[in-house]
Amino acid sequence: MMSAVALQMVGVAGLLGLSVLAIVLSRSKFGTAVIYSATMVVCLAALANALRWLLGGPADAAGLILPVGLPWLGAHFRMDALAAFFLVVVNLGGAAASLYGLGYGRHEHTPHRVLPFFPAFLAGMNLVVLADDAFSYLLCWEFMSLASWALVMAHHREAGNAKAGYIYLVMASFGTLALLLAFGLLAGPTGDYGFAAIRNTPHTPHVAALVLILMLLGAGSKAGLVPLHVWLPLAHPAAPSHVSALMSGVMTKVAIYGFIRVVFDLLGQPSWPISAVVLGIGGITAVMGILYAMMESDLKRLLAYSTIENVGIIFVSLGLALAFQANGQKLPAALAFTAALFHVLNHSFFKSLLFFGAGAVLTSTGERDMDKLGGLIHRMPLTSFVMLIGCVAISALPPFNGFVSEWLMFQAVLQSPELPQWALKIMVPAVGAMLALAAALAAACFVKVFGVTFLGRPRSPAAETAVEVDRISLAAMFILAALCLLAGILPGPVMDALSPVAVEILGSRLPVQAHMPWLSIVPMSESRGSYNGLLVMVFIAICASSAVYFIHRFASHALRRGPAWGCGFADSVPAAQYSGGSFAQPIRRVFGTLLFHARDHVDMPAPGDTRPARLRIELHDLVWEKLYQPISGAVGFSADRLNRLQFLTIRRYLSLVFATLVTLLLVLAIWS
Amino acid sequence: MQMHSLAFDVSHTLAGGLVLISFMMLYQDRLYSLLNVFALHALVLALSVAWQAYIQDAPHLYVTAVIALVFKALVIPVGLHRIVKQLGIHRDIESAVGIGMTMLAGMGLVALSMVLMLRVTADADPLAREDLAFALSVVLLGLLVMVTRRNAVSQVVGFMSLENGLVLAATGAKGMPLVVEISVAFSILIAFIVIGIFLFRIRERFDSVDVSALDDFRGERR
Repeated sequence: MMSAVALQMVGVAGLLGLSVLAIVLSRSKFGTAVIYSATMVVCLAALANALRWLLGGPADAAGLILPVGLPWLGAHFRMDALAAFFLVVVNLGGAAASLYGLGYGRHEHTPHRVLPFFPAFLAGMNLVVLADDAFSYLLCWEFMSLASWALVMAHHREAGNAKAGYIYLVMASFGTLALLLAFGLLAGPTGDYGFAAIRNTPHTPHVAALVLILMLLGAGSKAGLVPLHVWLPLAHPAAPSHVSALMSGVMTKVAIYGFIRVVFDLLGQPSWPISAVVLGIGGITAVMGILYAMMESDLKRLLAYSTIENVGIIFVSLGLALAFQANGQKLPAALAFTAALFHVLNHSFFKSLLFFGAGAVLTSTGERDMDKLGGLIHRMPLTSFVMLIGCVAISALPPFNGFVSEWLMFQAVLQSPELPQWALKIMVPAVGAMLALAAALAAACFVKVFGVTFLGRPRSPAAETAVEVDRISLAAMFILAALCLLAGILPGPVMDALSPVAVEILGSRLPVQAHMPWLSIVPMSESRGSYNGLLVMVFIAICASSAVYFIHRFASHALRRGPAWGCGFADSVPAAQYSGGSFAQPIRRVFGTLLFHARDHVDMPAPGDTRPARLRIELHDLVWEKLYQPISGAVGFSADRLNRLQFLTIRRYLSLVFATLVTLLLVLAIWS
Repeated sequence: MQMHSLAFDVSHTLAGGLVLISFMMLYQDRLYSLLNVFALHALVLALSVAWQAYIQDAPHLYVTAVIALVFKALVIPVGLHRIVKQLGIHRDIESAVGIGMTMLAGMGLVALSMVLMLRVTADADPLAREDLAFALSVVLLGLLVMVTRRNAVSQVVGFMSLENGLVLAATGAKGMPLVVEISVAFSILIAFIVIGIFLFRIRERFDSVDVSALDDFRGERR
């Protein structure tokens, strides 16, 4: 019997093999079907293996050393509860994306640019989670980044994709540099890069603070923390939709895994200022992410910005867990940590679902711009139904899963008066308010997504002639929608399944939820609050069906079709409907003036002039303009200056070498 | 004890002599005299290596000493003499930097290498310590010769004297295998041959071995 980690590595080997096979098969007729179905089977097997580990009760972590990589060191891989949980997320997302790809991939014009990298990307994500030494971790991390980069560049001829790929590559290298430095600091002077050795080494507060900052830069740039998020809304939408779903729903989670692994696991006992930093950055990311999303009218970019918001929410929850853990408050720490993991799982469900839906819309209309869509509920009823579920779930409305995890987070926020530090006592409720604001804005944002895209009348011929997508894509979406509902009405088993992770990382867990009556969840105690998703759903169902009943019973049965009130305008064109921009206008007025320097320019023709009036909205991405443009300008300037070094005389080159040598010797002489 | 002290003094004198001759190289402004000083440099190196062989009781170092004597003190200087004569450049040499400045810089470099080496190798064998400090000085002075000269032949000489410093360092440390030294010596010989051929090629093309001619050819300002 092979150990769980060995089985998982067999799965990874299978994915890598598929990736090689895809190179051969990608141009054949059956390539797409063979590769995606095989990938799905491997992912399901890996998922089963990871689930078996996670649910199988207490088990010791299993390690595996492969004789590859650096000589005499080998590559260490290990499966523990944290890794098993993230493997579940990765492989569930991978299986769903493969199923969706079976249908969606048929419309792919250049399958040879997607198929080889898709299994490789999944293999890379599996490997990052399994890695148990810094070398393997960084290697797998880079492999994952490069595979996803290749997928982003799959449609490199489309406008903007090449730029997106370039920015992604630069940010990914920057992130890896930060990770490299973080691991260098963690290994310390002994230079043992195994995670087991790092875990057993005590770290000074300075090292811990530096490592935290480097991890926020390294893992945070991959996860999309503001202000390192700039690549994400460019790169995620550029990839094919099922890959976008993987990048948004799963790869950001792998980055969060890296953060948890280092900050919670390897650094040892946290100190409270660390938690304040994580809380603050998480809160800012959540609010900024959703405000960006609100301003966006491109469906896939909006979803990518919403990913930034959700990553912010998860980081707030992780910050709370750090704060409680630093003060030895075990139960609230376990609550916040479980909430973060729950949200990781939930976000992978509904963000994949929403990207699949956006992909379906893209396939049948060829449009990503919401202001050219509309009325799709009549033409794509099933897609609209699952998108509605996804929108409700991501807006954190009961009875779906998003509500449960955010409710748990707020339960943790409410424990903040028990924190001894005044700074945290004040900060946590403030961040809680930001979380609430982000949740409310997210609801508004997804009302916009659903209302503008699926309701109303079609705004373009493409939207008018849309047809429902194929059944396989629909099946993938329905499975994810069902998972959203299932995790929402049965949160207890999910929380119990997460408890081994909390025990392993924090040394504490929430009470067992399976024994609670009527499937409710009681994270702390009955008096603190409890939630019963099933009851809420039954209540909603009874209310809704009785409302329907009463309307149909007592209202008139006669069907009347009459002209809609057109605000005084007769025969309004579809383009005159409420658009995404109009929907976002109040929020743009309130927040955008400060955060985006938003200005509305109205170009009103003079009386008698027959040309139409125009409204132009001016938006500035301040993070890009104030932070990234100066940096890129400085790099360009110094590159121009340094270019002169290419054209020196031989004697000057010799002098440069000589001067460098003497300087280094001088430094050595002064320091030693 | 008496013997040790004598061994120490002699090797110290020879290594110090090597540094002194490196200084002499800095102010030679004729090619022939520069070559003669280089031959002297190699001779002193050969003596130093032979003395090391004697006091370390390491017969293979005698081979190194003979290599240094034959190749560096005889073959290479004679070869370079012939090249200079064939090129007809025995009259011209100009250093790029004034002699006073060069000497001052050289003194600074020697001080630097002394301070550095004596501090870094605080717990090493005193003989090896002194040897290493002198060797680093010789290396740095060789680099200085290369940097301050415009003529390709004198840059070659600077390079060779730099290599002498490396050999001094290598022999000062006990237990250096002969293979390494021989391979270093042969690589230097090959470098000498290559550079010799190269010099003639430059000369054919530009009627000069002043490397600034190369810069002019590339359209650069000096």
